[in-house]
Amino acid sequence: MNEILVLAEHRGGTLGDITWELIACGNTLAEQAGCSVAVALLGRDVGQLAEQLAAAVGDVVVVDNDRLEHFVSDTYQQALVQLIAQRAPALILMGHTACGLELAPAVATSLAIPLVTDCIGLTFEGDALTATRQLYGGKVSADVLCKPSDRYLATIRGGAFPADESPAAAGTISTAEVTIEEDDGLKRFIEYLECEAGEVDITQSDVIVAVGRGIKEQKDMAIVEEFASSIGGVLACSRPIIDKKWLPKDRQVGSSGKTVRPKLYIALGISGSFQHLAGIKSGGTIVAINKDPNAPFFTVADYGIVADLFKVLPVLKTKIEELKQGS
Amino acid sequence: MDIIVCVKRVPETTEADISVDPQGTGILDSNLPFVINEWDNYAVEEAVRLVEQLGGSVTVVSIGPEQCDEVLRRCLAMGADKAIRLTDDALADSDARATARALGQIIKDLPFDLVFTGVQAADDGQAQVGVMLAGMLAVPHATVVTEIAVDGDTVRVVRELEGGLGERLELKLPAVLTIQTGINEPRYVSIMGIRKAMKKELAVANLSEINLAGDQVGPAGSLTSVTRMFIPTVEQKAEILTGSVDESCAALADRLKKGGLV
Repeated sequence: MNEILVLAEHRGGTLGDITWELIACGNTLAEQAGCSVAVALLGRDVGQLAEQLAAAVGDVVVVDNDRLEHFVSDTYQQALVQLIAQRAPALILMGHTACGLELAPAVATSLAIPLVTDCIGLTFEGDALTATRQLYGGKVSADVLCKPSDRYLATIRGGAFPADESPAAAGTISTAEVTIEEDDGLKRFIEYLECEAGEVDITQSDVIVAVGRGIKEQKDMAIVEEFASSIGGVLACSRPIIDKKWLPKDRQVGSSGKTVRPKLYIALGISGSFQHLAGIKSGGTIVAINKDPNAPFFTVADYGIVADLFKVLPVLKTKIEELKQGS
Repeated sequence: MDIIVCVKRVPETTEADISVDPQGTGILDSNLPFVINEWDNYAVEEAVRLVEQLGGSVTVVSIGPEQCDEVLRRCLAMGADKAIRLTDDALADSDARATARALGQIIKDLPFDLVFTGVQAADDGQAQVGVMLAGMLAVPHATVVTEIAVDGDTVRVVRELEGGLGERLELKLPAVLTIQTGINEPRYVSIMGIRKAMKKELAVANLSEINLAGDQVGPAGSLTSVTRMFIPTVEQKAEILTGSVDESCAALADRLKKGGLV
């Protein structure tokens, strides 16, 4: 089988974690299918990143072009489609990230090849590719079979394919030439926008109380805020609370928000979507309180209580205060 | 400013128990409530607001059986001007590509400056249709959009990236945007509002009326297919503290205290 081509992801001169996960995923698949893995690095002045990649994977191909300075899918698509034509990979792997969302369906459409997105598992049986992915917010899994094709495109979920601990390779770096058409002005990058820093930096707190969809009314935010401060914690949240503007964006934990490493994380009424869980790094104690016994949070939490959070909070607060006074 | 919004009717499953059907390729949904896909609701609201501000029209398009009319009527009550529903047995089991093809076939003959879809659908979460649609319509696209500002024949959007970062892009119109939740606060729709919107046009079309053959959609027109659905076996890592609220809270407080966490 022809090679597996991994698209490296980088922003601001740093390779994204997903890149290493893509390489690990590609290596496993390549072993299964008996083929090689190459990493495609598209950008401008990316020599240093190429060196980093070559220390982990055997074959790095660089497309260095002024027009690839920022990730804009139109120019990336042009470059990638030409690179694909040159190398004829059997599979192209990208991250199910802001970049992958923008680029993968566009490339798949232009090449008329099968696309599976947000994969948590990938298997080759002969030349046939099957993907495992989640539906209904993770409550159901599905196997998706691609129609036989010379070429497939898949995007993988962050965290689903752990990166190799200590990849080592003495890889070769080659360059590929592509022609990018003159700017047609259809799509232009203007600027990056940093999240405004608020009064609380949740990444610095040892104790985080986080709330989610289980909070149905804004007035109930006061109850959880009060609980958080009573145990010396700060209040954070999952996406639905941000969408309702009940807390500022800098309080969001998850892939599109902050990554936190507290000693104690208490999740109140948060189901535990992978996007949210991606923002909690291991090490500390995780408590989930949710009335849905099937909430995914219980699969990662250390302690769980299956109950209405508003019934639990006042009692829990009292019990903690009693214990504190008793000591 | 003519805006087309693609909407999908999906089962509401956030707080539901789900079972796989006997064929093992779908879920048993007869007892589930159906709603407009959450992302699409924000997309409709954004379109209505833009047209309220700039003039023009909002057309909502959906694919599915008669039950989808409920979702479309709701969109009309939110302020959309017209609805189109495409329905045909041949559309069953269409993948994102076939879905985008069918939507594109309808949209290409309509006047439009912007096409909105949700970032993804709550059921299959593929996040593919919007971008594929843009490719088929040969117009630029932007995904995960959290801000929109139209200026003449261009639109400036903010895309949500990782880690709290965003990026501003400028696109020439017409364009396809996939809308992220939280971009606005969707308005409340009353039963009275839906009744009032009954007078608005809801057109129904089948494949032959949009000049699409049955093998361009459905399994024949798709490049991927779901071969198996299953409930994932998960390791329940958490120690579930059972008993009354009083007992479970006492047990939790005790464990937190012993761990030196409170």
